[in-house]
Amino acid sequence: MTRNITISFGLHILLVIITAMSLPFLAKKPIDLPPIVSVELIQISDKTNIPFAPKAKKIIEKVKEEKKKLVSEQAPPKMVKKEKPDAVPLPDEKIEKIKEIKDKKQNPKKIETEVKQVSEFEKKDLFDPSSISALIDKSKVESAETDKKLDKMTQDQDKSVDFGGLSLSEEDALKAQIFGCWSIPLGLPYNENLLVRIKLQLKPDGSIIRSEILDHARMNKPGQGFYKVLAESALRAVKLCQPLRVPSSGYEKWKELQLNFDAREMLEG
Amino acid sequence: MLFRYLFILLILLPVKTFALIEVDITRGNLNPLPIAVSPLSIDEESKNNFEKILKKTNLGSEISIVVENNLKQTGLFNPLNKDAFLQKPDIANLKPRFEDWNLIKAQALVTGKVTFIDEKLRVEFRLWDVLAGKEMMALAFTTVPSNWRRVGHIITDKVYERLTGEKGYFDTRIIYVSEEGPKTNRVKKLAIMDQDGFNNKFLTLGNELVLTPRFSPTNQMVTYLSYFRNLPRVYLLDIETGMQEVVGDFPGMTFAPRFSPDGKKIIMSFAKDGNSDIYTMDLENRIVERITNHPSIDTSPSYSPDGKYITFNSDRSKYQQIYVMKSNGKDVKRISFGNGLYGTPVWSPRGDLIAFTKLHKGKFYIGVMRPDGSGERLLTENFYQEAPSWSPNGRVLIFYRETKTNSKGEGFSAKLWSIDLTGYNERMVKTITDASDPSWSSLLGN
Repeated sequence: MTRNITISFGLHILLVIITAMSLPFLAKKPIDLPPIVSVELIQISDKTNIPFAPKAKKIIEKVKEEKKKLVSEQAPPKMVKKEKPDAVPLPDEKIEKIKEIKDKKQNPKKIETEVKQVSEFEKKDLFDPSSISALIDKSKVESAETDKKLDKMTQDQDKSVDFGGLSLSEEDALKAQIFGCWSIPLGLPYNENLLVRIKLQLKPDGSIIRSEILDHARMNKPGQGFYKVLAESALRAVKLCQPLRVPSSGYEKWKELQLNFDAREMLEG
Repeated sequence: MLFRYLFILLILLPVKTFALIEVDITRGNLNPLPIAVSPLSIDEESKNNFEKILKKTNLGSEISIVVENNLKQTGLFNPLNKDAFLQKPDIANLKPRFEDWNLIKAQALVTGKVTFIDEKLRVEFRLWDVLAGKEMMALAFTTVPSNWRRVGHIITDKVYERLTGEKGYFDTRIIYVSEEGPKTNRVKKLAIMDQDGFNNKFLTLGNELVLTPRFSPTNQMVTYLSYFRNLPRVYLLDIETGMQEVVGDFPGMTFAPRFSPDGKKIIMSFAKDGNSDIYTMDLENRIVERITNHPSIDTSPSYSPDGKYITFNSDRSKYQQIYVMKSNGKDVKRISFGNGLYGTPVWSPRGDLIAFTKLHKGKFYIGVMRPDGSGERLLTENFYQEAPSWSPNGRVLIFYRETKTNSKGEGFSAKLWSIDLTGYNERMVKTITDASDPSWSSLLGN
């Protein structure tokens, strides 16, 4: 009998201590955190293929971790109040209830939506053109650092990074170089379909191994004199420009390149 | 079994393919194309023969200079200085060392050979793509030695066409009114010359005033305005034979003549009792047809190249403006709506533009607009300039410009000028006297 009383007394004391320790938290005011600002990071590889994805990925991961932290620290106290037991249960039941409360604190409903928003970072289809320019500016600043990192990568490591094309800055550099080399034959009519497509096979230093006019059959067709003149001028431009200003990495990606020469804009004046 | 494993392994292997990267090149430079025109090689015997006949010490060099000057005039080519050439003409003609020509930044190269065969001049020429290291064209001509300048023009036409895609305009002539004497008492003669100002000839003596000569687009006939029994009348002149005749028997003044695109008709203005309208006359059967019938002054008619339309200027809307109508005179539409007065419309041989003279706030402009009146562009502005005429390829305009006289009436001059459609390449055309009213012929080889 005495033994039972002692156990009961001990357990009650334990309960009192636990209650005494947890009650002050209930009285606390909720942490005054600033509202979570929703930031939509978009996958730009489809459009620009800026090779800063590893960097961006790290940033995304970092943001995710920070969000998780926010989630655990920002459990709304009101919800905890609701979970407050109405009566003092039996010791076993009480422990279970406390556990349950803790679990719910980890996943409050409101926070869940925020977490969902964070997960949209990786949504491929999400594309906001207005955000692109801001990202490009930022990415340009970071490009040197990223390039260095990429340079250190071996070819095998590099394969794990999937770039769909050239970045805007890389493309611009290449375009600017060819603009300077291409003397447009000004006698050509502007209102004819005179698009010349040239496929290039390049060495890693940008020099040309092989150049091929894709619509070659058109070159010798009667009545296609204008096309021939334009195609020849485009070939001259490519040869004059070599070695082309290609990116220092990702050779596998651009070792074959297609240039589409279209002079209509210039000929129209 | 082994193959099965290999097959499965192949399937499981990560295969990485990259889409072909495409880059759109929509801009280029408008810098003149660097071209090397090597002196045409000539053997000693031919050199001596030509020297005796033509008094030219090295005909090969002379022809290459003609080509070089022509190309330079276009503004589209930059002929490189011959002092920089590393390869001799005779070797260059056989097999150019492209590295040498690349070194001086030439993108195209013209080489050739001149020989004296059977009292005739034979000229071979080749056009090379220096960057591609291949021959683009090789042609040969045989003619009488006195035609050596024309050979230079024909070579230029071929080079120009091969590199720009449009026909050249170098083997052509310009007919114009040569002017001499004080402004109040000018002697005006019909004159003709090569497009580069050489081989000038006078076609009339200067006894009668001559104005507005116009070349036939198909042959070497010229129509112009002169005076017959003190009345301005339209004349027809055959340059080859020197024969001339009055066009039609009109009971009044005829002026502003021009040929139809097929050269079979002359379109002109006929004025009577203060009203002028547009008429055509068939040169074969001499049938005259009235095209416009309006109490205003309709003049300066010009056919579209397909002969289906006519552009002219008229003051039927109170001020002189440009109109377009069908060749039968129907569906008259005004196309000029800018400020100022518009006149002397001339349809481009390509059909895409109409050139005109515009007078606005005391200044004269030469400009172009599309046949529907859109896209008006003023190419050049001056104190006094007018009468544009198209080169046969529709890329260059020739016109004349007069200068201001001082308070004593001195300092007056009239010169021919040319300008291309970009408006940047404006040049004075060399004439031995003052000149006005130019008209460009079609290509002589046509």
